[in-house]
Amino acid sequence: MSATAVHSLWTTAADPIQKIDAPNIEYGQLAPTLIVIGAAVVGILVEAFVPRRSRYYVQIFVSVVALAAAFAAVVALAASGYGTTKAGIAAMGAVAVDGPALFLQGVILLAGVLGVFTFAERRLDPVAHGNRVDSFAAQAASVPGSDSEKAAVKAGFTTTEVFPLLLFAIGGMLVFPAANDLLTLFIALEVFSLPLYLLCAVARRKRIMSQEAAVKYFLLGAFASAFTLFGIALLYGYAGSVSYATIAQVVDGTVETVNPALADTMGNDALLLIGAAMIVMGLLFKVGAVPFHMWTPDVYQGAPTPVTGFMAAATKVAAFGALLRLLYVVLPGLRWDWRPVMMGVAVVTMLGGAIVAITQTDIKRLLAYSSIAHAGFILAGVIAMTPDGVSSVLFYLAAYSFVTIGAFAVVTLVRDAGGEATHLSKWAGLGRRSPLVAAVFAVYLLAFAGIPLTSGFAGKFAVFKAAAEGGASALVVVGVISSAIAAFFYIRVIVLMFFSEPRPEGPTVAVPSPLTMTAIAVGVAVTLVLGVAPQYFLDLAGQAGVFVR
Amino acid sequence: MENLIALLVAAPLLGAAVLLCGGRRLDPVGHWIGTVLASASFVIGAILFADMLGKDEEHRALAQHLFSWIPVEGFQADIAFQLDQLSMTFVLLITGVGSLIHVYSIGYMEHDERRRRFFGYLNLFLAAMLLLVLADNYLLLYVGWEGVGLASYLLIGFWQHKPSAATAAKKAFLVNRVGDMGLSIAIMLMFTTFGTFAFGPVLEATGETGEGKLTAIGLMLLLAACGKSAQVPLQSWLGDAMEGPTPVSALIHAATMVTAGVYLIVRSGEIFNAAPDAQLVTTVVGAVTLLFGAIVGCAKDDIKKALAGSTMSQIGYMILAAGLGPIGYVFAIMHLVTHGFFKAGLFLGAGSVMHGMNDEVDMRKYGGLRKHMPVTFVTFGLGYLAIIGFPGLSGFFSKDKIIEAAFAKGGTEGWILGGVALLGAAITAFYMTRVMLMTFFGEKRWQPDEHGHEPHPHESPKSMTIPMIVLAFGSVFAGGFFGIGDRFLHWLEPVTEHTHGHPPIGATTVTLSTMVVLVIGVGLAYLQYGRRPVPVVAPRGSLLTRAARRDLLQDDFNHVVLVRGGEHLTRSLVYVDHTLVDGVVNGTAASMGGLSGRLRKLQNGYARSYAVSMFGGAAILIAATLLMRAV
Repeated sequence: MSATAVHSLWTTAADPIQKIDAPNIEYGQLAPTLIVIGAAVVGILVEAFVPRRSRYYVQIFVSVVALAAAFAAVVALAASGYGTTKAGIAAMGAVAVDGPALFLQGVILLAGVLGVFTFAERRLDPVAHGNRVDSFAAQAASVPGSDSEKAAVKAGFTTTEVFPLLLFAIGGMLVFPAANDLLTLFIALEVFSLPLYLLCAVARRKRIMSQEAAVKYFLLGAFASAFTLFGIALLYGYAGSVSYATIAQVVDGTVETVNPALADTMGNDALLLIGAAMIVMGLLFKVGAVPFHMWTPDVYQGAPTPVTGFMAAATKVAAFGALLRLLYVVLPGLRWDWRPVMMGVAVVTMLGGAIVAITQTDIKRLLAYSSIAHAGFILAGVIAMTPDGVSSVLFYLAAYSFVTIGAFAVVTLVRDAGGEATHLSKWAGLGRRSPLVAAVFAVYLLAFAGIPLTSGFAGKFAVFKAAAEGGASALVVVGVISSAIAAFFYIRVIVLMFFSEPRPEGPTVAVPSPLTMTAIAVGVAVTLVLGVAPQYFLDLAGQAGVFVR
Repeated sequence: MENLIALLVAAPLLGAAVLLCGGRRLDPVGHWIGTVLASASFVIGAILFADMLGKDEEHRALAQHLFSWIPVEGFQADIAFQLDQLSMTFVLLITGVGSLIHVYSIGYMEHDERRRRFFGYLNLFLAAMLLLVLADNYLLLYVGWEGVGLASYLLIGFWQHKPSAATAAKKAFLVNRVGDMGLSIAIMLMFTTFGTFAFGPVLEATGETGEGKLTAIGLMLLLAACGKSAQVPLQSWLGDAMEGPTPVSALIHAATMVTAGVYLIVRSGEIFNAAPDAQLVTTVVGAVTLLFGAIVGCAKDDIKKALAGSTMSQIGYMILAAGLGPIGYVFAIMHLVTHGFFKAGLFLGAGSVMHGMNDEVDMRKYGGLRKHMPVTFVTFGLGYLAIIGFPGLSGFFSKDKIIEAAFAKGGTEGWILGGVALLGAAITAFYMTRVMLMTFFGEKRWQPDEHGHEPHPHESPKSMTIPMIVLAFGSVFAGGFFGIGDRFLHWLEPVTEHTHGHPPIGATTVTLSTMVVLVIGVGLAYLQYGRRPVPVVAPRGSLLTRAARRDLLQDDFNHVVLVRGGEHLTRSLVYVDHTLVDGVVNGTAASMGGLSGRLRKLQNGYARSYAVSMFGGAAILIAATLLMRAV
């Protein structure tokens, strides 16, 4: 900056005051996010002002109503053409309102509703001091096993803060796949990550493990965020803007206006490549792709199971949405550089998840590795770089999130004296004792394995087809091999449940309230409907599969 | 009108669903539901028939397209029906005889506690059989084909508490599987050759297709027909299938299902017309089977097995006629219909006899029953006269035409086939007279069973005799109705085509020779079984007799060649599987497990090493991205 320029900064006061235009915010188009965030704020106020006894009910009411209203807003936006013809950029370029954003927001909101249901479950744990309790600690701040905790349990406290936390997380997730500049992307990432770190720490049982998981998640998440932020800085240096559209223009060489202050660094490809790789790495961390997956098993195992179910489903949806937008809107001009790299990531993710899952003995860890393998399958669709690739990923995410929430909800039902009985050996013979629960879980496992007539098959078929047509046949071969490996451990659980003798001291299956039952039933219904008649939803995803630029 | 076609299938299908899913509370009314729905199907068939008669013969075929079953580009499978004169004939036969047998079963199965289920299976059979004859493409026909196979399996093994019934059901299912394989291969060949399964396009395209392919398709269709219609070499299941309840034997294993093979060949007439080699094989199969069945029928003492041999033999006639091409198609179907009447009648008669004789099936323990069961005697007797071809009765008209057509094939083949058909007629007369004499004439030979109960032969209830009487009417008049003035020929000709052959001998000569062999057959049987008392214990008999009692050693042959051979084959395959395949599979699995165990160790629970892995990953990611640009 030259001396005259600096001087001019000090002398502008003499000039007539320039009128600052008020930002133009399309509240209607942002309604889903605003409703959810607003409800989260209301939830905090509820914590402050509503008597402890009624908080639980008020929180559930607020959460469900807010999510339903937000979903209705999404549907209304989609119905009035914001997903297709009227798609555009809102909030001064910060947020995109287009097909993929609305589709994924809808999925996240539905997953959120099911998440609220599983969070609110109070019939599974034995009654403590005359109070029904949920999966969350009586008082998260008390040291596990301490007197203060005992007192809190005795007083019948519950951590109803989980509901506003869940709403904040959902709010962030709604913005994440719609973010249209890098700063919004980062803020959305933090808005949904921080509540999740907290939620992981508040398990009622095995809380030390839960807190360990939360700390690990937080540390590694912060580490990944730092990479992302650094990548954002580099990309800003490269393009002189954080806006997706401008960066894309610079990549393509079609940029019109150049910020003179950044003229020196602009167009430096090293900045672009390194920056892009670092942002992508942050997103790959969130989706749990190898080698950024290490947190997944520990966190999935340690977190309260309802949180795990929600997180596994919704985080993946949001993060893949953001990844899709980044790769399809910002970096399509760079695809010859990132495609081979992402292919490598997809291959090691599919194989790594499937192979390590073979030797797992804990059902939650097993599902964690399964989710890693699924991240690899979805990456195969992402890499296709075709409209079909987008729609197949959208479909896969929708199918996968319902299966995941449902499967983790079933995990909460199988219990022994120590809480949930997650060790696989305890699941032996479950099919003889509780045929219905075991059959439902078998449906989920078959869907994970991608057996026809389940949504898993339709999704897998869609992404593999897109990948093959996008010229990544090798990836499809690896995908099919990993599916075969993965089928082994899914089927093994089914064999264990139905063809092993039940153990005498085996776990019991708790009868849940209608809340969890709804979550499980919806999961099964969606799994079967998407599996038997996927075409309508594939078409829907196909219509929604165009990004606005 | 065409919208009624689906109802034909839907009515019995509904019955099957209701009866099989309805549970015990339907037990008191189950048989009525089944019978009413079967009859409803018959009524719909009759309405369609009346409508069809009102149109001129070129425009009688109806079609109904329900929905696209498997719509894939280039692979179109539709649920669509076609009702032409050929299908109509079958619809009336199936629903007509089917309804009568439903009525008969009400009485016959009265004391069976699983009667509701029995009627459910019968309805299932009707639905599947109607689907088979109404389908407008081979794939849908295949669905019906498998459906009747399933119903047949369930009904043969209906008394599954008897090991013999369970085994017989399994045997029927397995042997049919061989034939079904033929049909599925034929359908695949059709798809690769013609690109479609629909009757219309496939049969029209036969003109432009190589003879080799058509011969292959024809032979595969013939294999399918052999399985379903119990023709040599897949005939072995039919005799054992008599373990099923007698109404089942009458409906499925005499009148309708076993004739599906004939339907298949006649329906695929254009394919066979263009493949003379396949036709020749068909006629040979028919000729061999008609002798085979007739010889077996002569030696059996079990009344139902004797009738089963006869069924095999009569279907042999039909297959022979179908193999003759356009000179025989009409007569194959005509014999099929008349046979449906008199053979169903004979089986119901046999069932009635068994009903009165404590389920005794050995004819050597019958004798003189005509006094005790007058209605059964008369109806059975009319069926008997019809099947041996007594002048004026049904069999006379239809069988005579087949013999004539066989001679008309021309050349040496014609003489051989015609001669075999004539010989078959003589043997038919012999074994049927034998059945008649052993059952209804002579002295009573029944004795108390091991519990000391002596059978008290008595006439069966009305619900059983009325269907027998109706069928007896058919046995007597159907042939004349069809044959005189070539009514049936004109009815079916638009579908199957017909050409008059040039028999080397006149029609009158053929008829006269048939009469002569008929008299010889009946006379020989009379000398053997009418003039002399029938021994209660079967005599040792000649080598041929003993072989015939063992179904001409069919099971021994199958056991030695197929079962032993198959066992050797499977044993060696199992060896290969255990050593080679399992070795590779288990090796892969073990190495995956090992790899998994090693990779698992990376997951050590320390956030610091996770962070290192992430850092390394990020470094590799960045390096690889840069490398990609550099390359």
